[in-house]
Amino acid sequence: MKNGKQKNWYLTIGIILTACMLIFIAVGFFWTPYVPSAMSSGDRNGRPSLRHLFGCDSFGRDIFSRTLEGAGSTLTIALAVLAVGAVCGLIIGALCGYYGGAADALIMRLCDAIAAFPSVLLAMVVLAVTGPGKYNVIGALGVLFIPSFARLVRGEFLKYRDRDFVQSARLTGVSDLRVIFVHILPNTWPVLLSGLTIGFNNAVLAEASMSYLGIGVSAQEPSLGYMLKDAQGYFFTLPWCTAFPAAVVILLILGVGLLGEGIRERMGVAS
Amino acid sequence: MGKTLLKRAGLLIGTLLLVSMLAFVAFSVIPGDPTDSILGIEATEEQRLALRAQLGLDQPIYQRYWSWLTAFVTGDFGQSYKYNMPVSGLVAAQAKVTLVLAAVSFVLIVVISLPLGLISARHQGGIVDRVVTVLTQVTMSVPNFIMGLGLMFLFALVLKWFEPKYIPLEDGLGAHLRFMVFPALAIALPKSAMTVKLLRGSILGEMGQDYIRTAYSKGNSQGSALWRHVLRNAMIPVVTFLAMAIGDIMAGSIVVEQVFTIPGLGRILISSIGNRDYPVVQAIVVLLAGVVVLCNFLADLLYRVMDPRIDGR
Repeated sequence: MKNGKQKNWYLTIGIILTACMLIFIAVGFFWTPYVPSAMSSGDRNGRPSLRHLFGCDSFGRDIFSRTLEGAGSTLTIALAVLAVGAVCGLIIGALCGYYGGAADALIMRLCDAIAAFPSVLLAMVVLAVTGPGKYNVIGALGVLFIPSFARLVRGEFLKYRDRDFVQSARLTGVSDLRVIFVHILPNTWPVLLSGLTIGFNNAVLAEASMSYLGIGVSAQEPSLGYMLKDAQGYFFTLPWCTAFPAAVVILLILGVGLLGEGIRERMGVAS
Repeated sequence: MGKTLLKRAGLLIGTLLLVSMLAFVAFSVIPGDPTDSILGIEATEEQRLALRAQLGLDQPIYQRYWSWLTAFVTGDFGQSYKYNMPVSGLVAAQAKVTLVLAAVSFVLIVVISLPLGLISARHQGGIVDRVVTVLTQVTMSVPNFIMGLGLMFLFALVLKWFEPKYIPLEDGLGAHLRFMVFPALAIALPKSAMTVKLLRGSILGEMGQDYIRTAYSKGNSQGSALWRHVLRNAMIPVVTFLAMAIGDIMAGSIVVEQVFTIPGLGRILISSIGNRDYPVVQAIVVLLAGVVVLCNFLADLLYRVMDPRIDGR
């Protein structure tokens, strides 16, 4: 913080941790030591060992393999939610911030109303209507994440739209769309990047909570949250079934959180 | 002040109406007929029609919404499909449990985070500050239900400080609260971490201001400058954050109740979602929304009272 020369520990640790988690998950997309759903009767309730690093559940399924697969599912959902929320939020926020007017006021009121509620609660209601499933979770959370991004981007556009460089671009006859996406958008990216890390963590958290409550993903695509729900019944007898998926959720959120913190420090964005 | 207050109150009512409308319409357009779950699939068409008329499902949607809304404000939340009893009676007892949990969590957040934030900011860069900073960063990353699982493992299984079995209020207030402290901690710890961080940053931000230099030059010690000048301003964003956090605390209770098998709103909400018992889901959603919107309204008011400059805009 002093003179901007001090080492940015947040960024360093954040990058390392996030990279480790991504490698861990990426490996899971291509290889797992056992078939995640394969049951082996001899290994039922097995403790963590060299054969089964994270132990086995009551069906003799390998927790390490299941955690790899579940983490992949969680990551995919979180990224998809982020893609829906960020892209839509970006477009809405950019147009609202740039043009302003009555439509902007109306849309922002609506965004305020949605953003006032905890997203998990709202997503639960949506899922109650649509039923569980991976794509329903992505759709519900994605839509609910739009307002926060829209507000973020709108604020940035308000800041820049009357700056000299924007006005001079307009004077040279550049179209509005080009001003928005080529001249203003690149300036918003430190704020956007830090917003993305927060959004990612919220998405992981929301998905895990919903799946844990049994209204998130279906049993065919178990995410980490679903594994935790599954393990709940054996919590006291087979704690490793809970501990390892939980640890992966925490490390994922921690890594990306530190990354965001580091980005804010580096780019001088207020949190 | 009066005018903004009125405007805000109007906005509050508007938001509540919007939410109630959304909740009502959402549950009215879903495929699947509530008569299926009440009568079973073997029911005849006549039985269905009779029941639909009895439930008022044959009326147009705006009429149903209006009669539902007017009944709702008088405390009549309709009839549960599944349990065949008034929703208000079904929800009241559970709501009390959740409110106790939320209240204990809120108190814990304040008690944990204010001293830590103060100490951390006062001794910036010191050993305590560093430990607190690392701890808050890690705690912030733990989802509340995982925190609940961790607390349960540590305090129920290893240390045996409590039995992982819900103790109702009827068994005595002390025993009830002693149990509730653990789920409340699960909700409070991650939120406290965020509050500590916010408070620390806010205090440090104010410490660098000119008026604090003036306070020092007038002979204030660090302690009195902190208490009498810095805190008053540094608390403004924290109080707003805490009021806004109540929504998250309620949402957190619903998830954490599942971990500790507490019969609160969360349990009935989830079982009602599973049973497609929509009058119950509607009522809980609108009630929770009401609490959240009201808290945001109060946060806004508090903000205006504490920082009158806002009113000028």
